[in-house]
Amino acid sequence: MRRRAASIVTWMLLLVAAGWIVVHAHYTADLSAFLPARPSPAQRALVEELRDGVAARLILIDIDGGDRTQRVQLSQGLATRLRANPAFTSISNGRAASPESDQRFVFNHRYLLSEQVTPGHFSTVGLRSAIADSLDSLASPSGFLARDLLLADPTGETPQVLGQLSAGAGPRSESGVWVSADGSEALLVAQTRAAGGDTNGQEHAVGVIEAEFGRLRASTLPAAAAIRLRTSGPGVFAVRARATIVREAIRLSVLSSLLIASLLLMTYRSLRTLALGLLPVVSGALAGAAAVALGFGVIHGVTLGFGVTLIGESVDYSIYLLIQARRGPAGSAASAWIASYWPTVRLGLLTSICGFASLLPSAFPGLAQLGLYSMAGLLAAAAVTRFVLPALLPVQWAARPLSGLGVRIARGIDRLQGYRQLLWLLPLLAVAVVYAHRDRLWSRDLAALSPVSAADQQLDARLRSSLGAPDVSDLIVISAADAELALRAAEAIGAHLDDLVRAGELAGFDTPARYLPSLALQSQRRAALPTGAVLRDRLRVALAGLPLRATRLEPFVAAVEQARTSPLIEQSALADTSLASGVDALLARRGDRVVALVPLHAPNAGAHPFSIDAARVKAALGPALPGVSIAVLDLKHESDGLYASYQSEAIRMSLLGLGVIVLLLLAVLRSATRVLRVIAPLLLAVLLVSAALLACHQELTILHLIGLLLIVAVGSNYALFFDRRNSPADVDERSTTLASLFIANVATVLGFGVLAFSAVPVLSALGMTVAPGAFAALIFAALMARPVGPHGGRS
Amino acid sequence: MSRRIRTLLLCSWLMGSTAAAADDLNQLMARLRQRQHGHVPYTELFISNALDRPLASSGELFYDAPDRLEKRTNKPKAERMVLEKGQLTFERRHKQYHVALADVPQAAPYIEGIRATLAGDRPALEQVFGIVFESSIDQWTLRLTPLDAHVVAEVATVRIDGSADVIKTVTVQLVNGDRSVTTLGSQLEP
Repeated sequence: MRRRAASIVTWMLLLVAAGWIVVHAHYTADLSAFLPARPSPAQRALVEELRDGVAARLILIDIDGGDRTQRVQLSQGLATRLRANPAFTSISNGRAASPESDQRFVFNHRYLLSEQVTPGHFSTVGLRSAIADSLDSLASPSGFLARDLLLADPTGETPQVLGQLSAGAGPRSESGVWVSADGSEALLVAQTRAAGGDTNGQEHAVGVIEAEFGRLRASTLPAAAAIRLRTSGPGVFAVRARATIVREAIRLSVLSSLLIASLLLMTYRSLRTLALGLLPVVSGALAGAAAVALGFGVIHGVTLGFGVTLIGESVDYSIYLLIQARRGPAGSAASAWIASYWPTVRLGLLTSICGFASLLPSAFPGLAQLGLYSMAGLLAAAAVTRFVLPALLPVQWAARPLSGLGVRIARGIDRLQGYRQLLWLLPLLAVAVVYAHRDRLWSRDLAALSPVSAADQQLDARLRSSLGAPDVSDLIVISAADAELALRAAEAIGAHLDDLVRAGELAGFDTPARYLPSLALQSQRRAALPTGAVLRDRLRVALAGLPLRATRLEPFVAAVEQARTSPLIEQSALADTSLASGVDALLARRGDRVVALVPLHAPNAGAHPFSIDAARVKAALGPALPGVSIAVLDLKHESDGLYASYQSEAIRMSLLGLGVIVLLLLAVLRSATRVLRVIAPLLLAVLLVSAALLACHQELTILHLIGLLLIVAVGSNYALFFDRRNSPADVDERSTTLASLFIANVATVLGFGVLAFSAVPVLSALGMTVAPGAFAALIFAALMARPVGPHGGRS
Repeated sequence: MSRRIRTLLLCSWLMGSTAAAADDLNQLMARLRQRQHGHVPYTELFISNALDRPLASSGELFYDAPDRLEKRTNKPKAERMVLEKGQLTFERRHKQYHVALADVPQAAPYIEGIRATLAGDRPALEQVFGIVFESSIDQWTLRLTPLDAHVVAEVATVRIDGSADVIKTVTVQLVNGDRSVTTLGSQLEP
């Protein structure tokens, strides 16, 4: 009696502790579940960019529908309202802060900003060719744009700088507002104050955008106007992914709990027994979450989704107890069950734990958490079944006899066993299918794991290309001690990249140095300007034969003279111009370093259209300046590499898990034949499920692979029960065991089966693998067990 | 004849003549609308006080009714300007620059005026210009005065001379005294 009380009290105390930990745990749903725990330097830069980088803080906004005037009105209204909101550091919608102040700024600083300004440009020859060019432009169709500049800027620096600034291939604009390529949508770019990895901050920002748009629309447009707003970007994706995962985790766990509870209610025909049967499940779920919170410090949303799988599995232990326990010759039914069945259940538990333990060292944080969650959850569920349930059951309690169901199942199995020779065909068939799909066995794309829908990804790609917004795809990340050094490095890199653009390797690139040249380069340019007297002399010679007389160019001489003595451009001087947003987007202080980003644009033709050869870029850059570190990020390459490493790791882990399970069985069963009997049906189920997935055009991802491991870990429980029948058989026991296995199996299939319908790819992959696999494992285990004669005797 | 009657007569004559001019402009516009395609060579002179001699350029004009006009310059440098459905595209050395016509009112005297005239699109012309129409037996002249405040500061008038359904010359007179004169040649094979 005292032992019963002690186990109940211990259990309740642990439950309260676990509950406290779970309530106070940190939850996250950012991409980090999919990012390596121990990254390489390039991966680290990638992860930083994904979490804190400028690109990760951009929210792309698209206003679609209505007519042009309405879209322009909404775009400008929204930009004005968002600029006033502290959640955003900048809003761009095409209308420069003031286009005239931009033009004035460029005109006033043209000799510091223009890439053409070198001593050669102001030599007699350089002046002559530049002025002749300007005269030619004057006669060209676009000449009317620059006619009033001729006398003050005959060398064409203003158009040159404007050309430099538009080289970033800005979006199309209409009525001063950015629009999509076909003009049917208005586009804006918001930069959030919150980091991309701060999902709460991103959620707030998205909420602000939607609320402001809603208010604006209600106040300016008729209610019927069919005009909508869509947002995209890494932060938006994280917000949506978290919402999806949370929604799915709740929806799926409620659904599978309901299904399993109904199944058990039909089985037990007693609400009290049902409630007792669910105690291990609840305890397991709490213990699992608490273990993850303690072990990792943070719980990934996706882990809670995986947690749904535990429901179907952890309920098995109480099912065995509550169906199999019959009153023995001495003591209660529960203690009889413990004596007779617990060793088998314990061995099954150990094999499952071995399977999940092999996930623990994974570099993929999502998987490592799944491993720990399941281990702790199963241990807790089994322990509660073994130690707490017997204490809670009335002494006189015994399982409702289910031998009727068991007898029917036994008859079915005996009939099927007549065909067991045909089982040999299955592996042959499955191997043939797998062989036929050998080229498309594995999915090679990290995106296969992404919870972002394909439609969202397409919208994002379209907006990004319309806006020319930096993507975290191909990016050079320059990190230096201060802004000046970072800009100098960006200029040095820019010169090399220009070569690649000329060679067709790149379509172009953006650089903060285009908007704000380093002070070093500015003073070089200033030093290249001749004095007024020298310039007048050179002009007289240079203009010989041209229709322009040197005496008319006094405004030019005065402007150069002024530029020679004016101060250099500091970042603060850009404040009132749209150049500031270019610098802000590409130059940022991070900790005690300054990071400059140089996004690369892939060529849309040539040897490798739409892709960039990162190795060539890396080779072309040459050595970095001292004190500057440079990383070339190639998201595709990095993520493919990451995925490949996850995949080989998953294969290694699965094989290791299988090996450990075999060793464990060998150690306990001490017979190779018996181990083979236990393992063979599981391997057959794995083979069959792989073949079926491939035949249904599912490329296998890491999660399918993990699912295959789980088939072994879960299915081993069933196979062990069939092995157990080596003990003296009696018909009643056999049919009760069969009935309990059947019910446990259905519960597992329900738990995983519900997961198969999830919208989150990682969850559905796991579900669609384990649900059929667990069922197949049971059937094969039954068929491959030693045949039992019609009267229960062994043949 | 009393002075009063004379005034009345003068008024009626004046009114009659403006009505006639308006009719003629509508007739001309209707006539121009008939044309679906055009392809002519052009030469352009830019005459500036700042320059000792005019700058010459030449190329071809392509027109497809009603909303596409391309000005393709071959000399002194290859450059293209295309106006299509209200969008302006400049192309030089394989670099393109797109902008909405509405955002570059300065372009109206140089391209939209010609496009709208060729299309016989009087409402479009009147949106950006005040129009005075003169015609004699086989010649007509459109004197266009820009309406946009930015353009008024630069461009004084645009004069389009033509005969029958073809444009002969386009003269853009700038406020500072400079002017550009574009002379269109006869129809080339399409």
